[in-house]
Parts: sequence; C-alpha cells; structure tokens
Amino acid sequence: MRYAMAIDTKKCVGCSDCVVACQTENNVPIGYCRDWVVEVTDGTYPQLELEIRSERCNHCSNAPCVRCCPTGASHYAEGGIVLVTANKCIGCGACIASCPYDARFPHPDGHVDKCTYCNHRLLEGLKPACVSVCPTKCMYFGDLDDPNSEVSRIIKKRKWKTLIPEAGTSPELYFLI
Amino acid sequence: MATRRDFIKVSAIGVGGLALAGSSYGLLKKVIPAVKGNEKAQKVIPTRTPTYCEICFWKCAAWVHTNDEGKITKIIGHDSDPHCNGRLCPRGTGGVGMYYDDERLKTPLIRTEERGLQVFREATWDEAFEYIAGKMKKIAVEHGPECVALFTHGSGGAYFGHMLKAYGSDNIGAPSFAQCRGPREVAFQSTFGDLVMSPERTDIRDTRCLVLIGSHIGENMHNGQVQEMSDAIDKGATIITVDPRFSTAASKSKYWLPIKPATDIALLLAWIHEIIYNEWYDKKYVEKHTYGFDQLKEHVKDMTPQWAYGITGIDPNVIYETAREMANASPAVIVHPGRHVTWYGDDTQRLRAIAILNALLGSWGRRGGFYFPEKVDVPKFNHPPYPKPKRNWRDAFPGMYNLAEEVIASGICDATIPVPERECAFKGWIVYGTNLIFTLPDQQKTIKAIQNLDLMVAVDTMPMEITGWADVILPECTYLERYDEIRVSPHREPYIALRMPATEPLYNTKPAWWMAKELGKKLGLADFFPFETIEEQLDWQLKQMGTSLDEMKKLGVKKYERAADDLYLDENEPFEFNTNTGKIELFSTAILAEGFDPMPKYTHHEEPPEGFYRLNYGRAPMHTFSRTANNPNLTDLMDENTLWVNPKVAKLWDLKNDQYVKLKNQDGFVSHTSIKVRVTERIRWDSVYMVHGFGHRQPQMKRSYFRGASDADLITRVHVDPIMGGTGMRGNFVTFVTENLEA
Repeated sequence: MRYAMAIDTKKCVGCSDCVVACQTENNVPIGYCRDWVVEVTDGTYPQLELEIRSERCNHCSNAPCVRCCPTGASHYAEGGIVLVTANKCIGCGACIASCPYDARFPHPDGHVDKCTYCNHRLLEGLKPACVSVCPTKCMYFGDLDDPNSEVSRIIKKRKWKTLIPEAGTSPELYFLI
Repeated sequence: MATRRDFIKVSAIGVGGLALAGSSYGLLKKVIPAVKGNEKAQKVIPTRTPTYCEICFWKCAAWVHTNDEGKITKIIGHDSDPHCNGRLCPRGTGGVGMYYDDERLKTPLIRTEERGLQVFREATWDEAFEYIAGKMKKIAVEHGPECVALFTHGSGGAYFGHMLKAYGSDNIGAPSFAQCRGPREVAFQSTFGDLVMSPERTDIRDTRCLVLIGSHIGENMHNGQVQEMSDAIDKGATIITVDPRFSTAASKSKYWLPIKPATDIALLLAWIHEIIYNEWYDKKYVEKHTYGFDQLKEHVKDMTPQWAYGITGIDPNVIYETAREMANASPAVIVHPGRHVTWYGDDTQRLRAIAILNALLGSWGRRGGFYFPEKVDVPKFNHPPYPKPKRNWRDAFPGMYNLAEEVIASGICDATIPVPERECAFKGWIVYGTNLIFTLPDQQKTIKAIQNLDLMVAVDTMPMEITGWADVILPECTYLERYDEIRVSPHREPYIALRMPATEPLYNTKPAWWMAKELGKKLGLADFFPFETIEEQLDWQLKQMGTSLDEMKKLGVKKYERAADDLYLDENEPFEFNTNTGKIELFSTAILAEGFDPMPKYTHHEEPPEGFYRLNYGRAPMHTFSRTANNPNLTDLMDENTLWVNPKVAKLWDLKNDQYVKLKNQDGFVSHTSIKVRVTERIRWDSVYMVHGFGHRQPQMKRSYFRGASDADLITRVHVDPIMGGTGMRGNFVTFVTENLEA
C-alpha cells in the first residue's frame, strides 16, 4: 500500500477550506497549520497564468525528516505515511530543517507537528479532512499500488508534477497541471 | 563516549528496534506498525446536531459535532443538502470561531453617553426591553409606528420583522437589495417575469459555457455555485470571464477579457449584435417566447465589435469568437447575472443586457442555463392581523423606484434625515446583523441619519462599528446556540433544513426569537406570539409539513418532491411569462412605462482623473462582508486585506510590496486605516483592488482592529440607479498617501 494525494490545480480556487478543516479536525492550534495554499502568478498583464496549490507534507518515500530524526519520533506508518509520535519527539527541530517543503512546525506543546493524511480517519475508512471538505473536489486520495484507486486513475489520465523533485525525496503529493 | 550515531541507535531501539540510519525505505515500511489513530485527534463520530450555516446567506445545512464534554469541536456539511453536498466552505468550517470568539457581545448594554462615544452600562434583558419598548411607544404616539424601521440581514431578523409588523411598520429592509443584487432582480423580473433568486437558479452543473461579468466565483464562496463551476470545469465547459482583474475565475477561463472598467454594457451590446446579425440566436425559442426582437435588432444595428473595441479595449475578434462560443453552447449557456451588481448607476440596464443575451441564447428555462426552482412553504400560524401602516418608505420617494419590489435600505437611511418638504422622518432603527457603517455607502450620511434618531437598537453577536452607535445593544447567541426558522430556499428540488442549538448559549446571550417575543410582550403584542417556546412553534409547523421536530433533529434536512415535472421549459407546450406581454421582453414595456429606456444603452462613465485609480473591491473566500474579520479561525487564514497595484503604477509611485499606504478619494476623504500594498500583474493599471470587510475601527474587536483598510471609507460618491434605487459604488477614484500614516 502506498498512500498518495493528487491535487488539481485547474480546479483549486485557493479558498483555504482545507486549512481550516484540518485545524478543526486535528485540533491544530490557531496560528499554526498543517496545510496551506500557495498562489503563483506568471506573466505580464494581460498574458497571465495563475497556479493555485494546496500544499502539505509530501509524505516522501525517501523522507529526510525520518532519516534525521534522532529519536525515531518521525517514522513511516502503514502506506508510507510520515508521522511524528508526539511523546517521542524531543523538539530538536532537525526534521524541520531537513524538510525541503517546510511542512513541519513546532507545536506549542513541545513536539513537532505536521500533516498525517488524517491517519485516524483512514483507519475508519474516511478520507483526509481536507479531501472531504474541499468544495471544488480538487483533491484525490488513495492507494497508488491499487491501479483502480481514484488517485491512480487520475494520475494516469492527467499531466502532473511534484514539487522540488530534484531534492530526491520521492514525494507522494502530486499536482495535476 | 557516545557518538551521534550511537545516540541514534539507542533512541531507535526505544521505538521498537528500528535502525533508522542507513536503512532502506522498503524495509522500514514493512517493519513499522501503523499507528492506530492520532492521539490529538477527535473521535470521528461524536454527538452531532443539525444546523444550517449563518456565516453567509447561502445557509448550507451541516452537522455540529460536540465532544464528551459538550464542547463544539467541528462543523461538517450535510451530505444530503444541495447547498453544500456535504462540503462546507472555509467560512462554514471556521464557523466554530464565531462561537469561540471571546470578544463577542456578552450582555445587554444601554448607552450612558451621547452617540459617537461608546460608553455603555450593562443591563438586564428586562431593563433593555423596557427601554426599547418605552421609546417605541413614544414614537408610535408622536410620529406613528411607521417611523420605526428594521434593517436586517440574517435568519433571526425574521422574528424582529414579525414583531415590527405587529407594531405597525413594514419598513423592513436589507442592504442585500439596493446595495447588492437588486438590479439583477429588477432586470430579470422585467425580462422574464421572474427573479434570479438565492441560491441562484443557474444550472452551472450542466452548462457548456459559463460567462462571468465581473463575478468572481471562487473568491465569492457561494458554495453550491463554486462546486458546480468545478464540475463544469471537469466536464470541459468553456468559461469566459470579463474582469479588469485577473480573478481566480479568470485564471480558470478559456477566455479572459480584461475589460476597461465601467464599459461592460458596450461589450454586452456587441455580443447581442453578433448573435443577432450572425443569426446565432435560438430562432425557434426567440420566435415563440420573446417580445420586441425587431426593435432590439434595430437598436443594436451599429453596435459592432469594432464599435465596442474603442470603448472596452477588447479585441473585436475576441468579441466575435466569444459570442460564437456562447452560441455553440446554446441553450446550455449561462451569462451569469452576478450578485453584487450595484456598480455604476446604470446597473439595471446592464443586467437587462445580460438577461437579453440569455434570452437570445435560449438559456432561460433550459438545461445548462437557468432552471425553474421550487421551494416549499412553511405554514403560517394564526395571529391577529397586522395593523395597516399609514405610510412607508416609498412616501419619501414619490413616483420613484416603482420597480423595486424590496425595501431600499439606503432609502430608509436617506429618509431618516429630516427635510422640510417631507412629513415624517424615521425616528427609530432596529439593526439586526448588518454592519451598516460598512454596508451602506457614504458613512457620513449614515452617521448623520443615526444622529437624528430617537431610538437606535443593534442586535448582533459581535461588537461591530454599528453597535457602537446604538442606544441599546442586544447580544444574540450564535447560530450554533439557537433555533431559528426552518430554512426553505428555492432549488432544483425543494428541501428544508433545521437549525437547533448544539450547546447552551455562552454568556448572557439570547436567540432572536426570544428577544422579539419578550419585546413584543412589553409592547402589548403578546397575541402575536401564540407559542410559549420556539420548539412548540417549529414542531407545529413541521407536523403540517409531514415531519416533526423530533424527526428533523435526526434528519437535519428533508427533501420534498416537486409539485410538477417542470425544472425546464417544455418545448412542446405554450408558456406564459409573468410580464405585461406574457413573453420574454427583449423590449421592456415595464421599464418604458416608468420612463426609462426600454432597451439598454451604453453610457460613458467618468474616468479616474490623473494620478487617481478606480477603486474596485470584492470578496475573499474565507470572509463574509465585514462580519467575520474577527473570527479567530478565519482571521488565521486572512487577517488583513491588501491593496492590489499594477507594477507599472507601483513603479510610478515608488510603492513596494508590503509597504503600508492610505488612500485618498476624489472628494478628499482619506481611509481611516492603512493597507498593505500587493504589487501584482493581476490588476489593470487604471484600477486598484481590495477585499471588502477589513479596516475595522471597533476597538473591542482586537483581532481585526485597524487591520487593513475599508473600501467603505472611500465610497462617498454614489451613482443611484434611477430605475430601482440601487447605490452604484464603483465610481470612486483613489490616490496613494504614503506619509503621515499614523495621523
């Protein structure tokens, strides 16, 4: 099993619903976020392009944050989800520095926090909160090892990219372009 | 001595013998057990109670989740509700912040110093009602009850409306008409004999071509529409966006027409010209259903794309091509009426041009165009007849705005300032859930009107600018803590939704139904409130609708069958439209009868003087009007607005990104607060843009106080639509003030 998420930049309107849904689902304190929205404008008026991306942890297959964690708090869970075990984290911040996507933050409770792909929801057969709430239905989530999963099918059908592939982290967050 | 590597090994053993350093990913994946749940996360299926959202007017049905301690944790859209299809927007999801905002109004307040100074004392509910009822009785005796008006925006306003009608006034207005969608309703009523309604009857889900005229769906987060636009993108629909700003919607469009502001009517007329003279219109439909085609054809004879190019700056070939795209998609095409359309004062005529275009394309009453919505009626309970008011707001505007079917909120404001020739000015305002200082143009006038009142009551959940002007402030509990009326709204199929409290109200706050009833009793109107509790009333109503309060508490929403199978026009049947001619009026007999042009004309609007830029404003998806700027969850997403400035303009003025500026308008008014510059190619060089709703000056809202600037500060010039009294607000021009920002 290999969990992955694909986000359709052609549909995303950048409303940040994914951000607030994540916050209320996961008790992320106000002032912090596990996912966020990036808008990139290209060109000169009126020849313009805009790409909107809902970003989060890329749940890399070759995650530098897992490799550098001195306590094993950062680890891979089933399906390749990168997680932090809060009570094993000493808050050293090595993982934060190692992440090319700036996906991790120091939680005020003293540990490092990040996107979990809503692992607790997956165990109950639900999708991550961001995917479930998105008004544009621009997010696809599932198992890349299953060729019939929503995410496998959309990645086969559409052109996509990953972010900073040159970092060699093998990200599992795909942006449909 | 332990090396770093040793340390890692030791630590790793603690996690269950994992060798982290140097291990391959494949191995790790197999040996690491899945973590069962996240210790910080909530239970997935906690207790839930139904509601419909009150953060905006879309009113999506939802479930409010509470934990073991009865604390609200999250709000999730109702899967069966067509307004949201299980997906709330960011504001709805962040609705929890409205409940948890510790700067809410907490107890009734009575003014102790003159208006303009925010000095209040805490009062009991009884004292507050005594005060209001005393003043209302006095106004009724001295001036007549018609001299009290209600401004309302939000569900609970209905209860105050009932109370006011029982008292003897039908001056009940919302800024959502003359400051917002009024022109489109009048224009569509004049053309099709029917309204656009809310949620809009646009069949975006099945459209093949969606045309947006300054409408920024996606930034305005009208949930169902955003969802359907996304579906339409999936299905490959063509989107055409006309906007001087490269909006989010423009970025999703096949065609973006970066129009010169205030010239939309010229473009619309050129499209009409192309569709008629290339014979691209739906001939059978036009012949069968419309009135005035020949006059229209003659009217637009010279309004070619070349003519429009000189006015709009849009390439004639693009005008031709986009007209053709619409025609190819016909009748599954929507030239969207938009929502906030009070721009330049000829707005009804612009919306008429939009309506005419839809008529020519045959989209009204067709799949992928505009459907015929249906809603169910909630049974009215018995009460004594309302007294018949002797006067109303229309007396202040004799012979004017006859086509306006709703009360003009700005008109009530105007009619509050006494003038010798008018018999009565308004003496009392009750303001429910609308921050008039931000929603009405010309703040000086609003304040002048308030200073002429004998009574000013504000009902709100938050201390807004408007509550600072009230004599009595009634703190309402949030929608998460109260019952309200049953939600009925028009849709493809009729649905109802229930709102019930998820928890007890915090502080000394109360629901509107209770306030209206208690105030009504003080006014001697107890007979108008026959039910002891709101549960009793709702249950009585729901039982006649084939359900009950108990059932609705479990269901949240309920779907009804349509009375007839008439979502779209039946092509084989005759159809009578509710207009003077019974036809779709391309040539409007109703508008002509009022003395205005029966067909829209382009008129030139004033342009910004040198060194000034047109002030444009709009929405952000995470905020509603000026109402959510202090919501902790939503402020977390966006805590101030920015001023969009084209790089050419920024260079000219030496403006840098993130620099704060103030704005000064053509009348010399300077924004009260400063705003951060955002240099972006996404805005034309002749305009600047900001999101509405920031620049609060209510010190009791600390998260929003002085964050960003308010467009409302700068809208001092108003172009009134002579047909329906709408207040055109986009004829204001601003320049930059970069010095003495603290002053």
